Amino acid sequence: MSAVTRQDGAGQGGGDDARLDGPGRLPRGLAVEAVTVRYGTAAAVAQATLNVGPGEVVALLGPSGCGKSTLLRAISGLEPLAGGRILWDGQDLAAVPVHKRGFGLMFQDGQLFPHLAVGPNVAYGLRMAGIGRAERTAQAAEWLNLVGLSGYWDRDVATLSGGQAQRVALARALAPRPRLMLLDEPLSALDTSLRADLGAAVRSILAAADTPALWVTHDPDEAAAADRTLHLPASPAHLPR
Amino acid sequence: MIEVAPSPSPARPPGVHRQGVQAETWQPWARRAGMALVAGLPVTFLAIFFVWPVATLILRGFAGTSGWDWSGFAEVLSKPRTWRLIGRTVGQAASATAICVAASVPIAALLYRRSFRGRGLLRALLTVPFALPSVVVGLAFRALLGAGGPLAFLGIEDGFWPVLMALVFFNVGLMARVVGLFWVGLDPRPEQAARVLGAGPWRALLTVTVPALAPALLAGGSLVFLFCATAFAPVLILGGATYATVETEIYLQTAQLLDLRAASVLSVIQMAVVALALWFSSAARRRREPVAKRSGAGSGLGGIGQERGNGGRPTALAPSPTFAVDWPSALVTALAVALIGAPLANLVYRSLLTGGGLSLDNYLALGDPGRAGLPYSLAQAAERSIVIALLAGAIALTLGMMVAVVLSRRPRAPWARRAQGLFDSVLMAPLGVSAVTVGFGFLITLNRAPLNLRTSFWLIPLAQALVALPLVVRTVLPALRSIDPRQRQAAAVLGGPPWRVFWDVEARTLRRPVAVAAAYAFAVSVGEFGATSFLARPDTTTLPVAIYKLLGRPGVDNFGVALAGAVLLAAITALVMALAESRWDRSPGLAKRTREGARA
Repeated sequence: MSAVTRQDGAGQGGGDDARLDGPGRLPRGLAVEAVTVRYGTAAAVAQATLNVGPGEVVALLGPSGCGKSTLLRAISGLEPLAGGRILWDGQDLAAVPVHKRGFGLMFQDGQLFPHLAVGPNVAYGLRMAGIGRAERTAQAAEWLNLVGLSGYWDRDVATLSGGQAQRVALARALAPRPRLMLLDEPLSALDTSLRADLGAAVRSILAAADTPALWVTHDPDEAAAADRTLHLPASPAHLPR
Repeated sequence: MIEVAPSPSPARPPGVHRQGVQAETWQPWARRAGMALVAGLPVTFLAIFFVWPVATLILRGFAGTSGWDWSGFAEVLSKPRTWRLIGRTVGQAASATAICVAASVPIAALLYRRSFRGRGLLRALLTVPFALPSVVVGLAFRALLGAGGPLAFLGIEDGFWPVLMALVFFNVGLMARVVGLFWVGLDPRPEQAARVLGAGPWRALLTVTVPALAPALLAGGSLVFLFCATAFAPVLILGGATYATVETEIYLQTAQLLDLRAASVLSVIQMAVVALALWFSSAARRRREPVAKRSGAGSGLGGIGQERGNGGRPTALAPSPTFAVDWPSALVTALAVALIGAPLANLVYRSLLTGGGLSLDNYLALGDPGRAGLPYSLAQAAERSIVIALLAGAIALTLGMMVAVVLSRRPRAPWARRAQGLFDSVLMAPLGVSAVTVGFGFLITLNRAPLNLRTSFWLIPLAQALVALPLVVRTVLPALRSIDPRQRQAAAVLGGPPWRVFWDVEARTLRRPVAVAAAYAFAVSVGEFGATSFLARPDTTTLPVAIYKLLGRPGVDNFGVALAGAVLLAAITALVMALAESRWDRSPGLAKRTREGARA
């Protein structure tokens, strides 16, 4: 019944063994164990199992509608589980609410806050973490610089291009230093030419920040940049309750 | 061989060509003539029955014996009483608006963002007050807070507090609905993004969702302010002998002190207050536009007749862990339900209460002729009210549909668009100008040649139609606008002649909104008090006016009969509203909602 069926060592061959956890050892990083998410009686995700080790970028590849995004939302705590467990460093996250999980989530279309300018968008997570104004302004400016948008602090987010908006979204998600990045088709709303550029940029920024990531995509090229690729088959449709 | 160059049209079989053009649009001349008629009739109606009376009213305030004269203004504005009235009107409306706006977010959170058993019932209960006649509401609070009422010990029989309660009663459900319908159309993901970025449920609500709701809060709030600032019957019935606002003062000056000049000046002041609120509302609407385009959400009065899908996002209705503002919203909703339910339940109970315990005596007394100094019984007044409201509703619905059709078109020419904008604001003006002003204006203009309706039966239906017209437009227009023009085009390309396209595409979508608009038009007319109280003569006295007159007469049994009359009036309104809502809400309704969800 396992939803995640195949694993290719797309990035580094043989690297997988090192990350597999032997019996008795606490697995480090994210572990998703037989997770099921239902909408009504329909199962959007059925019995999904995967893990993401420290510093690792894992691509989750599958056709549209197979439940990839739902799985990401479940990991971030936005969807209740109908079955299975989600663990971080061996600890069950069931009782940890969304805002205390310390994960970052980057939406397909950015989801920047329209009432805030670029800078305050990036600083939002730092503000929620209780970091003082001066400090968070400095940090957010640095992140903007890192995604190549220094000088955009006061820009209205409505005036950004698609690629710029996704860069801001990336900076915003990374600024509070999440222990895991969840990327939900971060490039799919962009032009093909832009996609390759930004894909490489995202990859190198993630590496620079040393943040493990689960990267959902339907594009095999995009997935190729990851350390490892997992395949999620087409939707399991209706499961018996 | 394929022709690359565009071929001149004679090369094609002429029959086919003509058919194609006809199927897509009307003949240009026919369309223009039709539009002129459809736009011209409401414009003429408004010019005669709105612009003329109101303009005359304004001039009456300025005109002296020779030319312009500001002394009327100077005199009225130099009285401290005038400023007290203005302060009280604005203060009272602002307080009620603040309460409604603050309560609307938690109530909408519970009733539009959560799914639970009994939600439909709660939503329906909260929308009841909007259709209730104001006389009924005034009486209900009087029966609750006044002498002999269960809450008489609070000692707030009249003055600020009961009026405030009545105003909140009227508007809190409307406000929650406006906010809720907007919220349902709102993308939930920015709030989720905030949660993932470390914001707790409350902080996410306050820092992301409330700013996103701002357009609905502003538009709804200014609408509520408008209704509160022009409230008439609640202030008249609950304010007591010394408590007055600008609106009741106009009535007092006209009907009792016979100082038409002072009344004119006060009407102009009232219009200025209202114009300010309307300007604010439209500014808020303009700001909202890009958001509305993206999410397809309706707000303002437009939300009234419509329930919208949630864009097919299952997360919006699923009990999601991102949203935890549960207990506070349940508490606020419970308070609102109590505020709405208690006076109504008490009203029914007290109407059944007579000297010797519970009985139907008060209801039987509705048939007594001669009460309230009328030549007929309250039951006959009810009959008269229904006939008048049917006429008024028919006029309002016919004209309102015409207006909605004109406003829903998207003309290409800039002059046409400007004309449309002007048309829009003129048409909405009756919404802003208080009913008392309308009644007063009728009184001083339509009483002589060329149009002497002073003794005509039609005076009241016309005034009521004017009051109901904006509501009809605001209910039908969003539905009409929601029809994707490509659906029309698809039907036309598939070979439907214009009438068939209208029947298959427009009429199908409009059935429910039109039924709801008709019910609202009837409900507003049957309960209309502000304008009718100016215009009603002994033989055209409607039920609300009769109830108010009865209230002014001493005697416990008169009060009891007035309560029974109020229950009857409320029952008539509720019955019509329930018919309109339920008739179209069976299984096709569900299908429609699903379809709407899929489209958004």
